[in-house]
Amino acid sequence: MNFIFAILAGLTVGAAFAAMTLRNLVHCALCLTVSLIGLALLYLQLGAEFAGFVQVLVYVGAVAILILFAVLLTRGGEAPVGRITNSLGAGLLVAAAVFGVLAWAIIGSSALKALPKETPQPALLVKAVGDKLMGEFVLPLQGIALLLTAALLGAVVIAMREKSSPAGVAVDSRSATRNP
Amino acid sequence: MTPLAAYLLVSALLFAIGFAGALTRRNSILVLVGVELMLNAANLNFLAFWRYGPNPEALTGVMFVLFAIAVAAAEAAVGLALIIAIYRHYCSSNVEDVATMKG
Amino acid sequence: MASLDQIFVTLKEQLVQLFPAVLQPYVGVLLSIVAIMAVFPGIFALTTVVERKLLARFQNRPGPNRVGIPLTKIRLAGFGQFAADGIKSLTKEDIIPRNADRKVHFIAPFVLVVPAFLALSVLPIGRNMTALDFPETGLLFFFAIGAATELSVFMAGWSSRNKYSLLGAMRGIAQMLSYEIPLILSSLTVVMMVGSLSLVTIVERQTSVQWGFFHSWHVFTPWGFAGFLLFLTAACAEANRTPFDLPEAESELVAGYFTEYSGFKFALFFLGEYLGMFAISGVAISLFLGGWSAPFTFLDWVPSWLWFFGKLFAFILFFIWLRGTLPRLRVDQLMNLAWKFMLPMCLLNLLVVGVWHFTAEWNELLRWSLATVLLAGPYWLFSRSFEARFKPRTYRYAADSPAAPVVAPVAPQVPI
Repeated sequence: MNFIFAILAGLTVGAAFAAMTLRNLVHCALCLTVSLIGLALLYLQLGAEFAGFVQVLVYVGAVAILILFAVLLTRGGEAPVGRITNSLGAGLLVAAAVFGVLAWAIIGSSALKALPKETPQPALLVKAVGDKLMGEFVLPLQGIALLLTAALLGAVVIAMREKSSPAGVAVDSRSATRNP
Repeated sequence: MTPLAAYLLVSALLFAIGFAGALTRRNSILVLVGVELMLNAANLNFLAFWRYGPNPEALTGVMFVLFAIAVAAAEAAVGLALIIAIYRHYCSSNVEDVATMKG
Repeated sequence: MASLDQIFVTLKEQLVQLFPAVLQPYVGVLLSIVAIMAVFPGIFALTTVVERKLLARFQNRPGPNRVGIPLTKIRLAGFGQFAADGIKSLTKEDIIPRNADRKVHFIAPFVLVVPAFLALSVLPIGRNMTALDFPETGLLFFFAIGAATELSVFMAGWSSRNKYSLLGAMRGIAQMLSYEIPLILSSLTVVMMVGSLSLVTIVERQTSVQWGFFHSWHVFTPWGFAGFLLFLTAACAEANRTPFDLPEAESELVAGYFTEYSGFKFALFFLGEYLGMFAISGVAISLFLGGWSAPFTFLDWVPSWLWFFGKLFAFILFFIWLRGTLPRLRVDQLMNLAWKFMLPMCLLNLLVVGVWHFTAEWNELLRWSLATVLLAGPYWLFSRSFEARFKPRTYRYAADSPAAPVVAPVAPQVPI
């Protein structure tokens, strides 16, 4: 258990580190994917099968592909020349400070020590998740549905090509060339 | 170290890496990637607390993760659409090139 | 006959018994993996020959009929062809384009093949025969694993540094993402009805006997039939089979995202594509066609795994038939079909499943007609877009509209 955990944690953190440091954006996105898969495996290790597979389905199947598409659409396929970072020292300092505070809190926490060291593996039944979603969490579920619809519409509207030509001039090049 | 603390440390490390990336990288897509990493670190925390916490049958951690994944997907879609729209306008996806509002 | 049905299960148990108790669980898993890795590539080898021969018959030519056993006169009707093909692809030079991203180029075929094997291993290929059983999340695992296909397609297309590869990859990803939604939504109907994500449970639920002589497969219900057709169409698109083979359209994109692959890696891509097709056919069989169960009760004596593989072969033949029959779609037609027809139909089908669930006590005839009307009416409306239904059909290039004066083109007089 500990050995597997160490491998998975190393994979996740290492891939995340690579995703944030590599030059080529496509490599970064692919490393992000590896990191997300590692996270999904950690979820499996925690016994949350459902959450792990949902993670793979949504992140690897949709978000990673979306990021890759965005990289190519903004011509990020080639490695950039010149500097890739911005105010590196300050950023690293802040991040290191955040990690230091978090680690200090985790290691020094008395509440964590009060928890039992080994608890039995809780079962994650899909039926229970469904009952919760349709019962206790039905309002957040509706909210998410609304949010996703809004995001869908918003993404389409934002990314839609702006019509630069004035009204009256055929925008569609196909309709212009259709009648010889 | 308890297993819970180990998971929390991994999550904190992941959060810090994502944070550092979001703060320092010039490309806006990678800023978004950093934000995704931070969100995922939070998800790992939720699941670790669900697994080792005192009341796992309430499923609160799992529910939070499922909702967070849905929100993150929406966030990624809108964020990337914004980046593409900005790229069309400025022909650049670097965060510091989009600074016309800066006084 | 029960012994023949369970012959592989007993065989595995016997083999596992030979090992010390500590190793037994691992050996069991290993045996299942070996079986999966032996059987499905075998079917793949057979399918390549069958496909070439059948397509040849469709096109009125003999097809491969030479390769048999070497140094003898036995020709096996050309069924030795797969060995020749395999040896050829293994001994070919492995070319990597100079500008290619070597690491990504190398990894891409494996990202396709390994998840394909994983997807195959969750299928219940017989009674008590599931290599990797997830009692809570079997179907979800299948769809999650399927996400890796898109990644592999992208990696292959991008790393080749070839515009045809990249075009093919972009088309492929857009197509797979679009058709994943109808695929998942149409299989969700079954999940709603059965109340489980486990493929084993779903198959077992379909073995109950109806009216004394046939098993209640899901395809024998209105929502199941509609769901099956939707799933089949989406599966065809996910597997990049012919009406939807735009990503690798030979005649326009050379071979799409694997243009720059040769030798062993090309063979891996080929294998991965076919394994993906088998996996998705297997899921269609498990969800709608009763998995390993026989259609009629008097055929129950045939071993369950034989039924599964028989249905799988029927699916393969069906896909080959489609390839020999249908022309390729255009990109806009492809997207219109997914978003304007299949997505609304899938959502509607979910509604019909709900209705079906809540009208369980009704008269069968009333229930059937209600569900059929709910599905057939919108089908008629959606099958061409709404407005086209209520207007006479016009053709863009046909000069029969009254507004434009019809000028008969002067046909050049060609001597016949």
